[in-house]
Amino acid sequence: MINAHPGLPEFDYIRLDTPSEASKFLAEHAGEAVPFLGGTDIFVRMRDGFWKGKYLVDVKGLNGVDQVTFTPTKGLRLGAAVNMNRVIGSSEIQKHYPLLAESARTVASYQLRTRATIVGNLCNASPAGDTTGACMLYDGVLEVHSPGGFRQEPLNAFFLGPGKTTLKPGDIVTAIQFPIPPPDHAGRYLKLNRNKLGDLSIVGVAVLGHPDQRLPSGYRFRIALASVAPVPLIATEAETILSEKRINESSIEQAAEAAMEACTPIDDVRGSARYRKMMVRNLTRQALTEVWERIR
Amino acid sequence: MSDHTIEVNINGALELLQVPSNMTLLQMLREKLALTGTKNGCSAGECGSCTVLLNGEPVNSCMVLAVECNQAELLTVEGLSHDGKLDAMQQAMIDKNGVQCGFCTPGILISAKALLDRNPNPSDLEIREALVGNLCRCTGYLRIIEAVKAAAKVWRQ
Repeated sequence: MINAHPGLPEFDYIRLDTPSEASKFLAEHAGEAVPFLGGTDIFVRMRDGFWKGKYLVDVKGLNGVDQVTFTPTKGLRLGAAVNMNRVIGSSEIQKHYPLLAESARTVASYQLRTRATIVGNLCNASPAGDTTGACMLYDGVLEVHSPGGFRQEPLNAFFLGPGKTTLKPGDIVTAIQFPIPPPDHAGRYLKLNRNKLGDLSIVGVAVLGHPDQRLPSGYRFRIALASVAPVPLIATEAETILSEKRINESSIEQAAEAAMEACTPIDDVRGSARYRKMMVRNLTRQALTEVWERIR
Repeated sequence: MSDHTIEVNINGALELLQVPSNMTLLQMLREKLALTGTKNGCSAGECGSCTVLLNGEPVNSCMVLAVECNQAELLTVEGLSHDGKLDAMQQAMIDKNGVQCGFCTPGILISAKALLDRNPNPSDLEIREALVGNLCRCTGYLRIIEAVKAAAKVWRQ
């Protein structure tokens, strides 16, 4: 008989005190140990038989991973164990990085967000990750501890494929840093769901815009797309159109078309590839228009 | 697989427990402590029938390891009433007929309590957002939302 409610398979729960101990353990047990934050993804994969490792290495107790720090000169540092509800509720994030709070708010349910983390969302490398676009548009840089030492890893080169990143066994992401965001910026995350709330995205479009006198159009727009390519996608052609041409209904339409052309979605249970492409155009147009209204 | 000794405060009582690494908080509550008010629904963090408060915040207990709850404070549906008196949310669910089969009710009571603790005057949308992770296949939700609004009135007094 199929057990409809499987328990978790056997593994050992490991909690170590320092990043170097944890890195060493993870490197020594490559392939059978993973860093463990909220568990919202790995528990499901364990129950479905997709992850068959031996060790979950809890990194939530490491020094500083539970902290949110904002300084007006350096920007924001978000510890790996900071959950999404804290991100949504942080007045500093709401004020300085509103697109991040807005995106996090669309993730699953309140009780799942008590466990889910931004860093976990990123390391999971799902093309559907709702907070990934905001993190990329705010130029996020990961702090990574590895057995060889500490390094910084910019998000724009981090994703290699669905579930694949540049992280190697032994690497632990302890935080994500964001520089001071552009002055007078506005952002918007539009997510198409099967339900209004609490679902995975069929398509997600994150837009960030701000005045930039160095560009011919006088504005810089950045566009990140979710669920429409093997990795979270930056629509660079669309961004270039809006840097070069005067911003109006027509150039926004051209940018939306370019975003649609840039993406390579698949057919799946949430939507067809064709539908996704069309929705990318519509949502990109809508998000750009809303952001433009706020920064012009 | 290793066992761990943990100390937890459950509904105001201290418990010292031996738990294996792979035991979920939900299994610990139901199978070690016979607190079967917390239900096992989807085992995937979607239905919310296993919702409990962990250090004051709602979690899906099927998605938390028991060992992670060392030194934590837990509240389950069994801990809502005091001295035989139901709490405001429980009473409102009865008064507003928010219960049909009842399977989702413990999770909803906990999510609603957490909402009212952080926001004693929620709008309809805020109630819907707070309960989006609690699926109910019977009521159509409207009576549950009415119940939360009724409880909020009592909560504020």
